Amino acid sequence: MTTLSIPINRDLVLASLSKGVRTDNRGLFDYRPIKFEFNVISKANGSASVRIGDTYVLVGVKAEIGKPFPDTPNEGVLIVNSEFVPLASPQFEAGPPDENSIELARVIDRGLRHGNAIDLKDLCIIPNEKVWILWVDIYILDHGGDLFDATSLASLAALMTTQIPVTVVEGTQVSLHEEKRPLKINDYPISVTVNKIGQYLFLDPTLEELNFVETRITIFTNSKKEICAIQKGLPGALSFDEISKAVEIAKSKGEELRLTLLDSFNNWKKSMGGI
Amino acid sequence: MFGGLYTTERKLINENGLRLDGRRWNELRPLKIEVGILSNVDGSARIIQGRTHILVGVYGPRESFAKHINLPDRAMIRCRYRMAPFSVEERKSPAPSRREIELSKVIREALEPAIIVDEFPRTTIDIFIEVLEADGGTRCASITAASVALADAGIPMRDLVAACAVGKVNGQMVIDLSDLEDKYGEADVPVACMPNKNMITLLQMDGVLSVDEFTNLIKLAMESCKRINEVQRNALKNGVWEAKGIILEGSL
Repeated sequence: MTTLSIPINRDLVLASLSKGVRTDNRGLFDYRPIKFEFNVISKANGSASVRIGDTYVLVGVKAEIGKPFPDTPNEGVLIVNSEFVPLASPQFEAGPPDENSIELARVIDRGLRHGNAIDLKDLCIIPNEKVWILWVDIYILDHGGDLFDATSLASLAALMTTQIPVTVVEGTQVSLHEEKRPLKINDYPISVTVNKIGQYLFLDPTLEELNFVETRITIFTNSKKEICAIQKGLPGALSFDEISKAVEIAKSKGEELRLTLLDSFNNWKKSMGGI
Repeated sequence: MFGGLYTTERKLINENGLRLDGRRWNELRPLKIEVGILSNVDGSARIIQGRTHILVGVYGPRESFAKHINLPDRAMIRCRYRMAPFSVEERKSPAPSRREIELSKVIREALEPAIIVDEFPRTTIDIFIEVLEADGGTRCASITAASVALADAGIPMRDLVAACAVGKVNGQMVIDLSDLEDKYGEADVPVACMPNKNMITLLQMDGVLSVDEFTNLIKLAMESCKRINEVQRNALKNGVWEAKGIILEGSL
């Protein structure tokens, strides 16, 4: 994962940031075009892909019945996992998840959990015994820069499309209906990752810009504009003022992304002839 | 770690404003740092913060074990954070958990901005963190102790890194969260900073906070780090330093 810093390229990136116009003509706080596709995998209970510029990620949700955790006997279980598949980048090695993949999955997990995205109590079938376990599997298919924001959007989108069988309980027996129902979505936590090179803060780095990003801060906000998860990553430092600015950006951009997601989702539902 | 956060109401602060261990909202746990306690490493430190107890050993800068990990322009930093099986209530399997892998990464990234890495190209600095007993705030205590161990190893640094978790418990801002406050509180914000540079090098957050609550907590965390930094400096000067009942100035 190491890149030799080639000073000339860094200077070019810094020069474009200092002008406030990026090499692809975007402003510092513009995302590249965001494109959603819903329910792309029919064998999954829910799925969505997100493209942000060259970044292409796919999230599949599989639901199965299992035992709840002892400390939360009447709640379903949400498990987020991520795979950086080798075809997405020459920097991704085949093998078990490395620290980058684990960090990403754990941050998305915290965003969804503390952002109260889904109602876990709604996933309880028999307290202490049987609950729905939701496996959220993130696949990075093409690495084009901003992985955190693309995967958090895709994970939430996949959960929004997820359908689980209606269950009937008789004693300790659970039978599954043909009929399926959606998950209860409580809120739409959205992550915005602010990147820093030199003195400049900006959003959605291209792969080239990412090579020189010194530090990033991923901020999840909920629809009440509260903060629900934060992760600073990469070996760099931020001042108090930079953090305050990042929080403001996350609040306003998060709201924009939330509307984009909901718009795309509603359009998709309409096109499916749904409500 | 799986849910449970909002499901259990626990009284963690009593009518007199005292926390379960008798502290005020703005009071740090008793803190003791010992320097150079291990014989075979280049630098070491022990931190005891409340009942959290951690040993840190540092090797390097040394020749890299594997040549292919060498960086041509700076030292490579590796960090391993592990919890002993007996450090927590229920035995922890010694196999590395996903949490430990993530924490090793964020701890390394919190220390790296302070280390002058370009003085030692093609070498490795190894930081080994062993949590012997965990009672909340282990990632922060690890960072506090590791930067002391790095200094003990004679590795040139821009500043020490001090760390402290802050958060919201029973609707109230508190500093230096214990394990129960972390588990049952509304929000937990671990912060590390270089106190003399006023730069933040670790920042994570779990839970729900308004923007104002969050910015106030960051200020409290930076103030707490300054006080912890005094203990770090005294420990480096004297070999060992203990501070009890550190209370931040100001009120709620």
